[in-house]
Amino acid sequence: MEIWHFITQNWRELITLFGEHAYIVGIAIIIAIFTGVPIGIWISFNKKAAEIVLYIAGIIMTVPSIALFGIMIPVLSIFGHGIGSVPAVVALVLYAQLPIIRNTYAAIKNVNPNIIDAGVGMGMTRSQVLLKVQLPMALSIIFAGVRVAVVMSIGIGAIAAYIGAGGLGHYIFMGINQTYDAMIKVGAISVAIMAIGVDYIFGLIENRLVSKGLRLS
Amino acid sequence: MITFERVSKIYPGTNIPAIDNVRFEVPEGEICVIIGPSGCGKTTLMRMINRLIPITSGVISIKGQNVSEMDVIKLRRSIGYAIQQIGLFPHMTVYDNIATVPRLLKWDKQRIAARVDELLSLVGLEPDIFRFRYPRELSGGQAQRIGVVRALATDPPVMLMDEPFGAIDPINREVLQDEFLRIQEKVKKTIIFVTHDIHEAIKMGDKIALLETGRLVQYDTPEGLLVNPKNRFVKDFVGADRALKRLDLLKVKDAMMQNPVHCHMEDDAEVVSQHMLENELTFLLVADQNEKLHGYVNHYELKGHHGKVKDLVRPMTITVKPEQNLKDALSKMLSYDIGIVVVVDDDGKLLGVLNTRTLLSVVGETYDERGGVWGKITSRGRI
Repeated sequence: MEIWHFITQNWRELITLFGEHAYIVGIAIIIAIFTGVPIGIWISFNKKAAEIVLYIAGIIMTVPSIALFGIMIPVLSIFGHGIGSVPAVVALVLYAQLPIIRNTYAAIKNVNPNIIDAGVGMGMTRSQVLLKVQLPMALSIIFAGVRVAVVMSIGIGAIAAYIGAGGLGHYIFMGINQTYDAMIKVGAISVAIMAIGVDYIFGLIENRLVSKGLRLS
Repeated sequence: MITFERVSKIYPGTNIPAIDNVRFEVPEGEICVIIGPSGCGKTTLMRMINRLIPITSGVISIKGQNVSEMDVIKLRRSIGYAIQQIGLFPHMTVYDNIATVPRLLKWDKQRIAARVDELLSLVGLEPDIFRFRYPRELSGGQAQRIGVVRALATDPPVMLMDEPFGAIDPINREVLQDEFLRIQEKVKKTIIFVTHDIHEAIKMGDKIALLETGRLVQYDTPEGLLVNPKNRFVKDFVGADRALKRLDLLKVKDAMMQNPVHCHMEDDAEVVSQHMLENELTFLLVADQNEKLHGYVNHYELKGHHGKVKDLVRPMTITVKPEQNLKDALSKMLSYDIGIVVVVDDDGKLLGVLNTRTLLSVVGETYDERGGVWGKITSRGRI
């Protein structure tokens, strides 16, 4: 009841915060996909690079999220973007790298070598093998990584409010400061709804893109 | 057509060559089976042809062209390639799988569609049913057929096949082998076929190249390998039952006694009876003027009969064709409990007879050395 009351009173602000949250996470995920997938592909050809990249991405994952956002402030203030959405996006991109890179790498590495051999033996170039065989076969595992990254980013994105980036975390932090239960709940539930909804949409996209031949019967 | 000249392969970091100074030539339109125990280098040798494995020294050439000097992508696209465990692309339909190389070669759509239908029909798969299936929706045998026709897609003169029927159960394997040989009759490709199964090698090969630890031990016809194994290794490899395997390989026409003694329908019974008596014949084959077999006569019945042979002729129900293999003929003789079987062609014309003696003499040829020919053994007991 209390929650409903809060929403009816503050729906304009709620929509704004929801939009900010989606914007920060959306930008971060797009950047993360367009960096993480190519890095994952690249390291699947280069064992040494794979070790180093996966190690670094692993370390970044272990940094507590609130600390990572904190680190962004002094580093990015050099460029005049210490607080606000820029450090938030940068931190989220870094976080999202590990699941995306690791899944892309594992997926490409896992393609049955017999099938790659068939492609090479029939006269496909290296890039044709990658585009026509390895990537289509790896797609569903890559997608799984992206979905983990998206859901995680939406959750961690709440902390971005701490460095002034706005978003639904604003309600959570303010609710905690003011011991205003309804505000915390509205913030948290909205984050959860966004995560579930986006994950569902990605599931639909995955179904469209992944070949029917790869689905389990 | 495909020649190997002093071909060697030494993997980096090893001293022992995986392929050691191999030289032989595969004539155009023949199936050459490369066989040997596991680790002998048979797959390595095959993969050196389309340069999936680089050659250390020596020359492999196709139609006189050194493969090492050709553009590697063009080389591979010009060679049909079918591998172990099928290697179909699971994310592509049957159509897309078969269309792989035609698309790489930029064929237009209509030409590809027509070719896919043609190939599916060739292996007895209805195009309208199978065209848009995925590999996981196919049985093992169907998938294997698609693997083979995919290699045939652009009608390449040369095909490499690495144990293409290895993953199939024995009964279906026989069916696929027969089907493949029928197709080969029509398309006459030059084929390098790798297997570890000596039965398959004998059945499929026009020539067999037997490898042992990277060296070519014997390159011969299946017949030559069975009859004249070069050494102990070859003999052991082809198996103790090589005489029986030879029955599989030889045709009835190779072993039959030609122009067997017989009489004609219109011959006089008394004359024939007299002849049979003089020559100690109990039975005699009967043909007509065109040498078409009508049956046989029995001396006991013929004796004292006034008239023609045709009055007493009995039909001959069990016959074999000259193109059947000796194993089939022998099993027919054993299952009908007869010591002789008559060979007729499709029109029923009498060509010859096959009896256990002629059969065994063919088998006996396999053993041409110690223990083979003992001379005449009599029943005199201790000497």
